[in-house]
Parts: sequence; C-alpha cells; structure tokens
Amino acid sequence: MTNKLCSLNEAIAQFVHDGDTIYAAGFTHLIPFAAGHEIIRQGRRNLTLARATPDLIYDQMVAAGCARKIIFSYIGNPGVGSLRIVRTEIEAGRLEWEEYSHFSMISRLQAGAAGLPFMPMNPTAAGDLERVNPNYRRVTDPYTGREVVTVPPLTPDVAIVHVQRADVHGNAHIWGIIGEQKEAAFAAKTVILTAEEIVDEAVIRSDPNRTLIPDFVVDAVCHVPYCAHPSYTQGYYDRDNAFYLEWDKISESPEETQRWMEEWVYGVKDRTEYWQKLGEETHRRLHVRPRLSHPVNYGDY
Amino acid sequence: MNYTASELMTINAARLLRDGDRVFVGVGLPNLACNLAMRTHAPHLVMIYEAGVIGARPSRLPLSIGDPTLVSGACSVVGMYDIFSLYLQRGYVDVGFLGGAQIDQYGNINATVIGDYHRPKVRLPGSGGSMEIAAWANRCYIITPHQKRRFPARVDFRTSAGFLGGRAEREATGVRGKGPQAVVTNLGILEPDENGELILTALHPGATFEQAQENTGWPLRAAPRLLTTEPPTAEELRILREELDPQGIYLKGS
Repeated sequence: MTNKLCSLNEAIAQFVHDGDTIYAAGFTHLIPFAAGHEIIRQGRRNLTLARATPDLIYDQMVAAGCARKIIFSYIGNPGVGSLRIVRTEIEAGRLEWEEYSHFSMISRLQAGAAGLPFMPMNPTAAGDLERVNPNYRRVTDPYTGREVVTVPPLTPDVAIVHVQRADVHGNAHIWGIIGEQKEAAFAAKTVILTAEEIVDEAVIRSDPNRTLIPDFVVDAVCHVPYCAHPSYTQGYYDRDNAFYLEWDKISESPEETQRWMEEWVYGVKDRTEYWQKLGEETHRRLHVRPRLSHPVNYGDY
Repeated sequence: MNYTASELMTINAARLLRDGDRVFVGVGLPNLACNLAMRTHAPHLVMIYEAGVIGARPSRLPLSIGDPTLVSGACSVVGMYDIFSLYLQRGYVDVGFLGGAQIDQYGNINATVIGDYHRPKVRLPGSGGSMEIAAWANRCYIITPHQKRRFPARVDFRTSAGFLGGRAEREATGVRGKGPQAVVTNLGILEPDENGELILTALHPGATFEQAQENTGWPLRAAPRLLTTEPPTAEELRILREELDPQGIYLKGS
C-alpha cells in the first residue's frame, strides 16, 4: 500500500484538468467545499460539473467561470429556494445542462461503479424528462417482455470525496448520510479523498464494516479539517444553515458574489486560513456535542 | 380561534396520515405535518428522508432534508441507491409528499420549467426524488396555496405523474403507486374522482366554492357532498407553535 498523502493544492494541480468531468460527492452532507475553492483558485476552465444536488459548491464554481456544463437532478439551495447563479446561467443560455431524477442520477453512478453498460429502472409514468434527455432509453426485459427505463454509466474523470477519517493509503470510514460517496469513488477514473482526520491503519482495521472506500480506488489523500463548511461532517461540526440563507442574498447580485469570492476564495490561501477567518463565534455556533454509538464487538479470533 | 394558512394546511395534511404509515418526508410543511401526526393520532409513523434516513427522530426543525439531526437517533441510514431502490421502488413507502410550481387537473406536477424546456422562461429546481415518489409511493399528498397560476388545466412539463390524461392512462402504465390522493390548500381539499380529475371535496371553515373556483385554472367541480373540515384544535395549534416551530420559520405569516 502506498502513502498517498499530499496537500489539496497538490492534488488538484496534479489530477484536475481543464475540460474534465468532476463529481464532488455528498448528499447535503460531506460536500467538499475546500476542493471546489481550490479548483477556483487554480483557474480550471470548461469543466463538466456532475452532482445530484449541485448545492452552493457548484453555484460558486459556475460563478467563477470554471464550468461549461452541469449534470444534476435537483438545482435548488436545499431548504432555502433557488440556486440563483446556476439558474440564471441556464436561463441565459450560457451553461449547458443534462438533467435526471435523483434515482436515475444515482443509477448512472451505480452502473459506472459496477462496470455495467446501463442500469434498468421501473418506469415512472412521467414521460417528459425521458423525452427531453436522450440518455434515457427503454429496453424490453428479456424475462417478462415488459419495458424498463435505462440510463448509461456515469464515469467522471475525477471524484472528490470527503470523509470523516482515512489512513494515508486511502481506506476511508464514513458515517451519517452516506449519499453517493461510495458509488462516486468506484465510478470515477481518479479519486481525491479529503478527510477530517488522518488515522492509523489500525483505527480503520478496528471497524472494517465502516470502510466504504478501499485504498486501491484512491489516488490522493488530503488532510483537510473543516473541508465541508458550510456543509457539515457528522459528529465533527454542524451545517451552517445561516450561510445557506445568506448565500441566497449574496448570489442575487453578481457584484456581491464577486466580492464574496474575492474575500473567501481568492483572498485565502487554503482551508486552514478560511476556517480561522470564520472566527470563534462561528466555530462556537457550529460546534457539536458528542453522541457516541454503542461499541461493536468483532470478537478476537 | 386564529390560525395562519400554513397552520391550517399543515394540520389538515397531518390528519390524512395513518398510524404506522412509512412516509417519505420533505422539508417545510410536510415535515411539520408528519411530526404533528406522530404527536397526536399516529405515534408509530415512520419518517423516511430521501437522503437515506429511516425512522428519523429529529430533535430540532431541520432546514434541509440532509440535516445531521435526522441522522442522530434514527433507526437506519442507507445510501442513495438503496433508499430509492430497496425502499421506494420495492414498495415499502406508504406515503409521499410532493410539491411543485404547477399542479394540473389530473394531479400531474411540474417542478422543472415554465415555458419551453430547452429555452426556459423560468428554470425550476427539477425532479429531485419526486418523479419516483409520485410513481411508487402507495399514496401521495400535496400541500400548496390555492392560486390560479399554481393550478393550470395542463402543466408545462410533467415532472411527476398524477393521473396523466385520466385514471385509466396512469393504470395502463403499470406503475405501482395509486397516485395523488389529496391536495390540501388554504381553501380546502381536492381529491381525484373516478376518472382521476381533481374535484373539491371539502372547504375549510369560512372558505367558499367561488373562492376555490376563482383560484383554479380549470372548471372546478365540487363533490356531491361537499364537506367542511374541522377547524384546527387548540392542541394541534399548541404542538405546532410551542413544540415544532417555536420560531415560526414555516408557520408565520398569512
């Protein structure tokens, strides 16, 4: 097993190229904002950004001019409303898009992750999305003769997956909402892992059922505490709902958006500086009290 | 007794839920309706969130469907592929809540686009999980303010299926769910008739059929026996105001 530890700056420089398809994973939870900001700082262009819920991370990357196209199943600011920048760019005809439902989006990743040519799904009776997106097809089930809906595999060039803890080889423990973390890691050609904590291999081996990602699909391991803010890491810090509400105001105006980017993305060197800049009051507000699970006995065999 | 339109809709939606129902919950009013039902007549209701949480016991009001409070103390957490395939597609979800910018005469919902899909006038968030929830949950409910622009005769885009062009058309597709069972508005309740057309089956106290017709984009029909809903009780309002949304994030206003 190789030690893949490197800085996030190095990982993005080495593995993310102009024109790549990126999947920054995380269903509300574990969204790797620090990686999105590093991609913006390094000035990547013409990216295809895929995520079930583009969330603020892709709103910011689109605002910074990184993206040519977006692949999604829900473009909202979760619990708040519209994802204003992505929406405006689509309405203005400046951003290409490819759209799915959540189940078809995750089915695409599942096909990519499992090395399958497509995934079948039962029909939903709502035909309009199938009509406007030619990636939806129908085939006949060879066993019953009934039709099933299919989608092709999604195999991103790079998946960025944030986790609670990993060893230096890339074996990763994840808990809480696990979303599409595992599928994204297996589907992608290259995987950048970011972790709240780098732990000894013995910690990973103490709880093997919690290892959703094995080292051999991982290319880079980056130690990035607070990587997910304003999203969250279960057990480490809370979701910054106040910022999600604030972004709704900031993103109304291109000037405000630009000012915010200057201050919080271009104006900081890395995530450590960003977290310090947020200040103690925010740190206190996002602090979370422990709630431990009951220990599991694997047995000493 | 005074109450807001949001409180009225939430309470009437809660009353539609049955004890033991496994409910695919959305944030906002559906979340409040489920929590209210659990604290009144449906203590064994199971809340399932599309983020992959089963049997959530949130200790605070979640802003998003992926809030960490949904995880701590939940019965189970699974990945996104599992929640949609093993739970929803397989048929373990009794109730789904749906929402959208437009709902038509046959309960089809548009959450995707106003105008032409490829040159959108207004780009909406899109399906999320609603395309599959509308197809595979046994029963679906919709909570929405009663406004003409929200109730066109036909939606611009069918994001999720109601009864398509009529009940027989939905049945012919073979989808397992029974489709929308009720639309709860600030004026009353609409339910599908034998052909799948939404008709007014109940008015809230003080609301009139004329108000409902004025705010509906097709010639609205009333059920032969048009009912009046029971007004919110003091206990229902107390639970909503004191326990579930003390800051009035979702329930304040009109």
